[in-house]
Parts: sequence; C-alpha cells; structure tokens
Amino acid sequence: MAEVVIGAGETGPGAAIRTHTMNFGPQHPAAHGVLRMVLEMDGEVVERADPHIGLLHRGTEKLIEYKTYMQAVPYFDRLDYVSPMCQEHAFALAVEKLLGITPPPRAQYIRVLFAEITRILNHLLNITTYGLDVGAITPALWGFEEREKLMEFHEAASGARLHANYFRPGGVAKDLPAGLTDRIAAWCDTFPKFLDDLEGLLTENRIWKQRTVDIGVMPLEEALAWGWSGPCLRASGAAWDLRKAQPYDVYAEMDFDIPVGRNGDCYDRYLVRMAEMRESLKIIRQCLARMPDGPVKVQDHKITPPSRAEMKTSMEALIHHFKLYTEGYHVPAGETYTVVEAPKGEFGVYLIADGTNRPYRCKIRAPGFAHLQAMDRLAKGHMLADTVAIIGSLDIVFGEIDR
Amino acid sequence: MTSTLASLGEDIAAACPQAVLSWGERLGELRIDARREHLLALMRTLRDDPRFAFVQLMDLCGVDWPERPERFEVVYNLLAPVPNRRVRVVTTTDEATPVPSVVEIWPAAGWFEREAWDLFGIVFEGNPDLRRILTDYGFEGHPLRKDFPLTGHVELRYDEETKRLVYEPVKLAQDFRNFDFLSPWEGMTTLPGDEKVYRG
Repeated sequence: MAEVVIGAGETGPGAAIRTHTMNFGPQHPAAHGVLRMVLEMDGEVVERADPHIGLLHRGTEKLIEYKTYMQAVPYFDRLDYVSPMCQEHAFALAVEKLLGITPPPRAQYIRVLFAEITRILNHLLNITTYGLDVGAITPALWGFEEREKLMEFHEAASGARLHANYFRPGGVAKDLPAGLTDRIAAWCDTFPKFLDDLEGLLTENRIWKQRTVDIGVMPLEEALAWGWSGPCLRASGAAWDLRKAQPYDVYAEMDFDIPVGRNGDCYDRYLVRMAEMRESLKIIRQCLARMPDGPVKVQDHKITPPSRAEMKTSMEALIHHFKLYTEGYHVPAGETYTVVEAPKGEFGVYLIADGTNRPYRCKIRAPGFAHLQAMDRLAKGHMLADTVAIIGSLDIVFGEIDR
Repeated sequence: MTSTLASLGEDIAAACPQAVLSWGERLGELRIDARREHLLALMRTLRDDPRFAFVQLMDLCGVDWPERPERFEVVYNLLAPVPNRRVRVVTTTDEATPVPSVVEIWPAAGWFEREAWDLFGIVFEGNPDLRRILTDYGFEGHPLRKDFPLTGHVELRYDEETKRLVYEPVKLAQDFRNFDFLSPWEGMTTLPGDEKVYRG
C-alpha cells in the first residue's frame, strides 16, 4: 500500500500542515501493473503527480532489431497483453505496406473479426477492474467469465489464450477451425444480455457515479494537445476513430457507430467503452455473415509458409519453408508509420526497413504512454482516492507503456 | 490522396522555406526533412496555420545512423484529425548538439523527448524535465544506440551474502549468436575443419 516517505510537517498540536510526498505503488493493486507514482499531497489533496514508469521495460524495440520480421510478431502480443491481436495487426500492416502486398479477403475478415473480439476482451478487463478499484467487486467476477469464453475463441484460432501470434504479415497463421464461426455467432446472441446486466450494476449505480462523474475531466483541446486517442479522446467529445477515418483491412465495409462522450470525465470514458462493446458486436456479426472462403495468407511462399502437405511432395516448398524459418524474408528499404485503432487508442508502428531480413528500427507508439503522461494534469486538485479512479479510467497497461 | 499529399508538401515548403530542406512522398506518407535551427518555427506553423492544423503530435522518436556525420534522426509523426492527414517531420543531430524541444507546442512531447534522451542520448533544449524514463534508476548508457550491445553491459542479481542487489558485468553462458544473412558465402567462415586452413 501507499506509504509516507517524507513527513515534512512537525508533529504535535498546532503544527503547520505542509505538503508531504507519497509513494503510490509500484506494488499497488490499483496501479494496474508496476506504476510508481510520486504524489505531493496537501493533506488529502494531490498537488503534483509524477508517474515513474519503466519498471517493466524489456527493451522490446532493441530486441526486434535483432530478430527477423516473423520473429518480431510475438513481441507485439507481450506489449499490451490484454489486447494482443490488435498490436500484431499494426505490425502486420506495416510490414505488408513495405512489402507492397495485400492479404486475401478471408484473412482480412478474420483479422477484423478477431480485432473486435480482442477489443471486447480489453474493455471487459478494463471496466471490471476499474469497478474493482472503486469498490465494485461483482463486475469483475462476471466479466472474467465472459473473457474466458472469448479467450477460448482465441485459443481455437491460434492455439494460445493470450499470446496469440496469429496475425502475420501476409494474412493470419492458419484458417479458423471448423465450427468456430458458429460458436462465435452463438456467443454473440448471449452477450447483449450480459452487457445489460453489467450496465445494470454500474451505469446508474450511486456509488459508481459518485466516484467517477466530474473526476479527471479532460477538455477536448487539451486532450488533443496531450496526444490522446481512442476511447479517452472520444469521451472528451471527438468523433475520431481510425477504423472510420483511416480504415484498414475491411473496416471500410463495416457498418458501425462511434460512441462519443460529452464531459471527458471518468464516467464518460466508462460509458464510451461500454457502448463500444456493443458496436464491436455489430462488427463481429457482419464479419461472420460476410466472411468469404479462400486462402488466409498471400500465396507467395517467399513471405508465408507453404502448407504441410505441399512440403511432403514439393522440393521447392521444402526449400521455401527452410529459408523462411531461418533467414526469413528481406523487406525492401523504406519507412512507414502505420497505425491501428487498438482498444486503448492509436497504436502505431514506425518501421524502418533497410533491405535486410531484420527491421532497422521499430518504434512502438503506445496509446497508454500519452494518456498516462497527462496524469499530473488530471490528478491535480483531486483527492488521493480519485487518482485511483483516474488511473482505472485511462486503461493503462504497462506492457505497452514500458515496452 | 497522392496529389493532396504532394500539394500539402508544396504548401508547407512555401510557408517555411528556410526550415524545409526537402520533402518527399513514399508509400502514401509525406516526409519533410527540416533544419534543426528553424524547427520550432516550422512546428508552430504546422500546428497554428489553419491550412495544416496538425494539432496532435502522435509520436516522437530517435533513429541512430552511426555512419552519418549527424548520427541521429529525430522523427515527429503529426496528425491533423480534421482534414484527416498525417505528416512526418525529420531533423538530424549528433550526440552533443541539442534539438529545440517542442514541449511548448505539444505538451505530449514531454515524455517522448525524455524517452529519446534516455534511449539515444539526444538532448532537447527547453524540455523542463529531461530525466531518464524507461531505464532503471542510475542506468548508464543509451541502449537503443546501434553501438550498445543487445545484452547490455551489466546484469543484476540478489546477493545472498551481502543481502542486497549487486550489479555485475554480463557473463553469457553461450556466446551471442548473430548470423549474417546478407551473403550466404561470407557468413560461413567457421566450418568444422577450418582451423586447419587458417592455422597459418
């Protein structure tokens, strides 16, 4: 728990109360990971918040410079580990742009389908743990059951519940197993009922509103200046969604709305995420209805592996397989800043290729990094307990912030 | 899309002729190479001129090119949500020369510049809080430079005898393997039996 580090005020009756400094975290259940925040307090009121990040820094960008393009994909799962596939999506799109290839339609539909499942996974985790932070325990108990169902879909498609390594440059790793789309469709029919129940617990809940309404207000202009994106920016009133504004894969064909908040406070950020889950459900239904048949990766075996069956009979396929998993493929020199609308906001990959089989530089733009940076602006003048609500509403995950 | 980006590049070059060294468009993305001395004027124009309206700094990062005279590139990825456009501004510097900070223009730059300082050692003049951000307290060196080894220089462990954490030089149980794939022939200098050839 939080501990007082420097007690500057004298003790005893009549002593003047001065500011003191508190350590929030790095081991604190409401810090959502390893956030150490140095808070200058005037009594119970925060005067200055200085987040210390980097406690989960693993040097991902440096490691990627020493890996082939295919070996770099799993690192993206481990950034924001509650929305793994959306980040693979950004890297896959960046590499595809440099290679000048477009994945086949079925792969694009699968990617959009799973990007939206991932978005629901992420928002479920955020809303429920956010509830936990401010005292509501039931949403977490219910939400995690629902998350488990979704992770079963992840597992069915990719083989892993969390670190999927499923979206690859050129398509997806493998086709969906038989029957999975029916299971997802069946789940789609049960999920709105769950969302209603979850909203019943929180949206009009007196305590929830007391803790979140008018807390951590971010006006639109400042939100833009601080580099905000995603649900946090939309809660401040901007109808800005990269899936609409700069669509990738088959998002341009999808019919969905952008929920927008009005006040930019913690409560609006919750409402936007809640509404986004219903929109994601719409997209999932459309993907399932329209998913075409066909290959799930580009049929150029210099970039994607050949099928197992082919390798048994074709010498060339065997050579392709061997070259692909040792040397990888060479990406022509160039640079791109490719973005996706990850559940937390704009997730960008600034990729520089120098013509070899490894990225020369891979800068990862994490949405949470920009959101957390505004912590001092948001927390100033609020009570200590409100900082917990603010952290919860920003939806920060240290895997992506610290990289 | 292409023609609008090209005209945007022309407009920016015309608005700040002394700051823009060159501009070009590739893969549907506009890149502007800017003079470091006039960077702030260019950035202010990009944000405040209603023709450009790049109100968001989405990303700022360093890139290391050790063989160049000015080894670091500082890359700013800007976004204008209303005309829905992006632009990339690139300037260069070396280890000693500071780059003017854009934190006055976009407060979002604060942490991104701290990160570029931490990982590359790029100095930003005017950033009020240029501390390390991602690496450990008391870390030495700038890890994303190309001459910084992947394994780092020190490793940390808990010492049972002194009951505290100690830093030691990195000891690898197995040598770091770095394969050269650029030429299949030049990479293969150490075949079994080669020691007989090169014994001299």
